Amino acid sequence: MFSLLSSLRQAPISAQFGVLIILLYLIAMIFAPVLAPYGETDILGDAFEPWSSTYLLGTDSLGRDMLSRIIYGARNTVGIALATTLLAFVVGGLLGIVAAVLGGFVDQILSRLVDVLMAIPALIFALLILTIVGTSTSSLILVIATLDSTRVFRLARSVAQTVVVMDYVEAARYRGEGLWWIIRYEILPNVSSPLIAEFGLRFCFVFLFISALSFLGLGTQPPLADWGSMVRDNATLITFGDITPLIPASAIALLTIAINFVVDWKLHNASGLKDE
Amino acid sequence: MNSILLMTLKRLGLGIITLFIVSLIIFSAVEILPGDLAQEILGQSATPETVAAFRQELGLNQPPVTRYIAWLGSMVQGDFGHSLANGRPISELITARFSNTLFLAAYAALIAVPLALTLGVLAALYRNSWFDRIANISTLSSISFPEFFIAYILILFFSVNNSLFPSLANISVEMSLSEQLYRTMLPAITLTLVVVAHMMRMTRASIINVLASPYVEMARMKGMSPARVIVFHALPNALAPIINVIALNLAYLVVGVVVVEVVFVYPGLGQLLVDSVSKRDITVVQAASLIFAGTFILLNLIADILSILSNPRLLNPR
Repeated sequence: MFSLLSSLRQAPISAQFGVLIILLYLIAMIFAPVLAPYGETDILGDAFEPWSSTYLLGTDSLGRDMLSRIIYGARNTVGIALATTLLAFVVGGLLGIVAAVLGGFVDQILSRLVDVLMAIPALIFALLILTIVGTSTSSLILVIATLDSTRVFRLARSVAQTVVVMDYVEAARYRGEGLWWIIRYEILPNVSSPLIAEFGLRFCFVFLFISALSFLGLGTQPPLADWGSMVRDNATLITFGDITPLIPASAIALLTIAINFVVDWKLHNASGLKDE
Repeated sequence: MNSILLMTLKRLGLGIITLFIVSLIIFSAVEILPGDLAQEILGQSATPETVAAFRQELGLNQPPVTRYIAWLGSMVQGDFGHSLANGRPISELITARFSNTLFLAAYAALIAVPLALTLGVLAALYRNSWFDRIANISTLSSISFPEFFIAYILILFFSVNNSLFPSLANISVEMSLSEQLYRTMLPAITLTLVVVAHMMRMTRASIINVLASPYVEMARMKGMSPARVIVFHALPNALAPIINVIALNLAYLVVGVVVVEVVFVYPGLGQLLVDSVSKRDITVVQAASLIFAGTFILLNLIADILSILSNPRLLNPR
């Protein structure tokens, strides 16, 4: 814990800023019911009330408090993106490592399957599948995790391939260790650091992707508060010069920037590059 | 020369195979639909007779393989079938919209590519200066912005606060080119901002990569100006990754227009796709997905071929 803090003190200002922002979002996620002045789905006043002392950021198209919905939105928007990214990493990472360890037939089948899935633009594919299975939170997570696991698969496979040829893996094989043992104790510890660095970037991508889908009305379904759909529902206000709909959009942008700053710093550290 | 032709043909063959598999996926995606497509569309209140008649009309009572071959055959001939929502022929819906989408993507590309190359070369030339730092931070930020955020900020500044450009990009065939360009200015700028960052970073990185090589040092030592060194010595050798990333971004443009089209109510294919998804108009979604996927695969193919052409070493893999 102490070493983490001291390394953070030496980090560039952008990374410190990023960590601070991420912490703020976590607080908003955990303490949403305490922080929000009103409930997530309570209809309180008229539609599109202006900013006032009762409704700090006004109300939305159905008369719900904007500020409360933005705070609750952190749970839904960030939570769904996090669950999707985790699932994508478990599935894609595991299959990628299995493909690298087993090689041959299994590797060929999995890799060609991933090639085909990646040949279709992700947004189009997601729209196609969501037409068929319908838009619910669970199908959203499953569809996007499947699409995103292809990218994780490629990375995990290529990193694991450099580990598989090592002598200690060969030794473990001659000892007669099983597939799962080799993955768990020989491969995973050696591939985890590039995968963790990739996690931040993939999360940003998934987060933006789900926000875009929600904005199109095909992601998180009402009445759950979600930043993407909040922009869509209140977009008419912009034509009157009201910036309220931009606040949830900037909440998305701010978190992505913060994560990018931290990942940038971590990658810079990991690559061992010195500043010129 | 022969090897180039052979390579192109090989890639083209691979592309066609990919497209074939993609069409198979798009077609069979509907097959895994739980329940019956006809029942799904007509609703629970439909009588068995109407459902049977509708199944007959859609050809659902034939085996999937027969239907797939018939579907693919008519797709290749440009007949996309009929919309389930309003019964109009899909090719009629799609043709004008697809050319609108291509128009917008091309418009954005014409602004974005020269801008990204210039900025990238400048950032490489003045690296670690304030210009480079600002460019670095602002590109990192612009990657992080959702497209609709950029779009609404532009609308707020350019059409609400100062009415310079219209916030709705409703173009039609009768308009003159300049009118069309004027109306689609804001969507084009939005798309430009989205793709420029990636291309610029790649240009900068690949030029800096080459700057360490001996021939660049030689050029410098004989007294060439830094700008000349970069444009005439470093850039040609850094071209392969740059071309690749440009083509990938063009492919992204054709697909990424979906959100931008919805924001600006632009009559393009993306808007049609989103509308059809919410109406669950599956035949239109299939046709639009196939067209998008085809364009995407084609542009990736061109990226592959161009980057091999720009770096002859890739022609003879060891």
